[in-house]
Amino acid sequence: MMSKIKSFDELKSVQERLKAGRDPKKPCITVCVGTGCLAYGTQKLVDSFREELAKRDLTGRIDFRTSGCHGFCERGPMVVISPEKVFYQRVGLMDAGEIIDKTVLKGEIIDRLLYVDPQTGEKYVHEDDVPFYKKQTRLVFGLNSKVDPQSMEDYLAIGGYSALGKALTTMKPEEIIQEVIKANLRGRGGGGFPAGWKWDETRKAKGEPKYIVCNADEGDPGAYMDRSLTEGNPHLVLEGMIIGAYAIGSSQGYIYVRNEYPLAVKNIHIAMRQAREAGLLGENILGTGFSFDLKINRGGGAFVCGESSALFASLEGRAGEPRAKYIHATDKGLYDKPTNLNNVETWANVPFIIERGADWYASIGTAGSKGTKIFSLVGKINNTGLVEVPMGTTLREIVFDIGGGIPEGRKFKAIQTGGPSGGCIPEKYLDMRVDFDELTKIGSMMGSGGMIVMDERNCMVDMARYFTNFLVSESCGKCVPCREGIRRMRDILVDITEGKGREEDVDLLEKMASSIVDGSLCALGSSAPNPVLSTIRYFRDEYMAHIKEKRCPAGVCKDLITYSVDPEKCTGCTLCAKVCPTGAASGERKKVHAIDPTKCTKCGACRESCKFEAIIVR
Amino acid sequence: MVNLTIDNKKIEAEAGQCILDAARENGIVIPTLCSHESLEPTGSCRLCVVEAKQGKRTRIVTSCLYPVAEGLVVDTKSERVMNVRRLVLQLLLARCPESEQLKEMAAEMGVAAEPRFTPDKDNVKCILCRMCVQTCEKIVGVSAIGFSYRGTQKNVCTPFQEDSLTCIGCGACAYVCPTGHIEMETTGDTRTIWGRTFKMKTCKVCGRYFAPEDQLAYISSKTGVPADNLAVCISCR
Repeated sequence: MMSKIKSFDELKSVQERLKAGRDPKKPCITVCVGTGCLAYGTQKLVDSFREELAKRDLTGRIDFRTSGCHGFCERGPMVVISPEKVFYQRVGLMDAGEIIDKTVLKGEIIDRLLYVDPQTGEKYVHEDDVPFYKKQTRLVFGLNSKVDPQSMEDYLAIGGYSALGKALTTMKPEEIIQEVIKANLRGRGGGGFPAGWKWDETRKAKGEPKYIVCNADEGDPGAYMDRSLTEGNPHLVLEGMIIGAYAIGSSQGYIYVRNEYPLAVKNIHIAMRQAREAGLLGENILGTGFSFDLKINRGGGAFVCGESSALFASLEGRAGEPRAKYIHATDKGLYDKPTNLNNVETWANVPFIIERGADWYASIGTAGSKGTKIFSLVGKINNTGLVEVPMGTTLREIVFDIGGGIPEGRKFKAIQTGGPSGGCIPEKYLDMRVDFDELTKIGSMMGSGGMIVMDERNCMVDMARYFTNFLVSESCGKCVPCREGIRRMRDILVDITEGKGREEDVDLLEKMASSIVDGSLCALGSSAPNPVLSTIRYFRDEYMAHIKEKRCPAGVCKDLITYSVDPEKCTGCTLCAKVCPTGAASGERKKVHAIDPTKCTKCGACRESCKFEAIIVR
Repeated sequence: MVNLTIDNKKIEAEAGQCILDAARENGIVIPTLCSHESLEPTGSCRLCVVEAKQGKRTRIVTSCLYPVAEGLVVDTKSERVMNVRRLVLQLLLARCPESEQLKEMAAEMGVAAEPRFTPDKDNVKCILCRMCVQTCEKIVGVSAIGFSYRGTQKNVCTPFQEDSLTCIGCGACAYVCPTGHIEMETTGDTRTIWGRTFKMKTCKVCGRYFAPEDQLAYISSKTGVPADNLAVCISCR
């Protein structure tokens, strides 16, 4: 337990002492224990490392650290050995002993654990050289791998809470707000509203107390950057919030976090307790007289509670339903008091702005969008994971240079950005620079930073149906256009994918969409038609193929496709017959196989298994 | 007072008033399904949307919630507005094909049912306007009914759809319901609502059954008026 730090000077000396106690040349084994890696069973690897180190009497002589998510989730479990930063991926749960004996003690590289670029076949030894990392700017997220999320000493040793000390002792609240305005930090939760202006409005609003809230209710399918930040570096989020509270004049804050993120809840709890013990949270922070405390509130699993007014309703213990926001939350938010809501990533950017200055921050990014953005890159992509790049990086760089392109040499088709209510962006915009404004221009949005990559085997109508269906189940049901309108759109999309679409359906969908955008009460409803609108805009021909020709060009919609075998390509390897769950695929060894359409359930197992591209889907 | 324009008519309205009230006071009709003078507006039916222009910015707003402002120019029947209203009515017609009120309203506004929307078959007339739930909570003060589930599953019911012990059988919910969805049957000395049967009290003067005993007991406990003094119907008071 750390004793109370009573001044900024004392904080500096604590940081110095911790830093001095750490020899940068001492070997250190870092194991990623982000949720992705834990799902691979990494806890066993961690236990094994501790055991093996103890067996060799090396505990304490070699540092061992568990850290938050490194982002390269495709390749877990991951181990990095410092000081050289040797990078091992897909580490086996029994590999600990070998890594200690060979790499840590003798400096030998274990070849089979190295990352091999699937496109070039090149092998990489050091973490920084791996293309996935090399082309990123890991400003906010990079600290994850340097700290154990449950250790405040780790965070202090890398200079953590310096920004808070600087803010509290050398800056007036107004100066902090001006700095955030000048940095043009825009909300990372979806809206992209300038955070500094919001802070300023809340500070100037009449009414006490003032609240600040951290939105950690990340609910977009496939998006997990906020999760990884809160799990992996909770003190960074806390530091940002405490600085914000001081600037805004708030004494009470809340973190609204998904109940489905137990590790985030746990690590934030631990971090809050540590910060309180160290005098960085609670009464009289750093001896400056400023007091601020935080409470955690766990969400009940409603996507709509990411919307500010629904989030406040939920925090107050009511059903998570939004209200019209003609009066801003900065005037009347939580408990009808002035409230400033920012999401996890926005808060996490604050310490950097204060520490290094607005000018430095604003030098990263594009004219209208500053700093970096963490994207969650998922779907048909080689390097699934979390990617942090400067605003203005092109989609092509993200998908191909960092993401390593599309698996199995397939063709890129579209990328869905901005979560379920974002839009699908086609290939022709791959060279577009990603920022808040550019994405909106082409009918999508930044959202919280989800990116789902689709290839030629994804049907865009089916995609639109999937996302619309997600929003149907997440609509709160308060207003008519969202509750009734989105489900009717979904029904029409289902009809189209089942070959029951009508020629006038596309026009009707567009007409409904524009009225739902205009007529819905909150942003969930008014952005819900985006997946339909953007797929119609860029992939109208696919809709038409489904409707007019009763054909699914991507071979996805089961009612419109049949599976058969290409006799030219089939080698009679029998693999399809082995994987077929219904016995529809059959044939003799080394003879052309066939698929019985009366038995075929179109599950696609044969197509996935065939090494000769001999399964035809039409 | 603030000056604004609604449908080309120059209007003076009280600051803080919403567009809907200002329009109504000036004889401009905006259709609604979830608005009641005794209840806080919720903006859930979306029929009352209007197009509001402030400076260069034009947007669709909810007139029951949007406050009037100096220089605001409101169009209650623009194309965008009518498109939203048409869709809302078509969606509600498909949800509640049995509702006469909705059919009348649609006919008045010249809106035909959208053939592409298959009418729901569960025979509900509830459009989830929230007025019953609000009335029960804010006006009556017993919160006997509320919402369960969310989105398309959302419905109004007593908690866990069991007999409500807090319901006093006052029937305010049925009275305020715009589509006649809430069923209440009063015959002789009983009234049945939300699956519970209440015993009715006779008026001391005329001898008619006039209110559920539970309701009178509730009023007595709330107001401190002895139950005996409440045993006279409105006509005989």
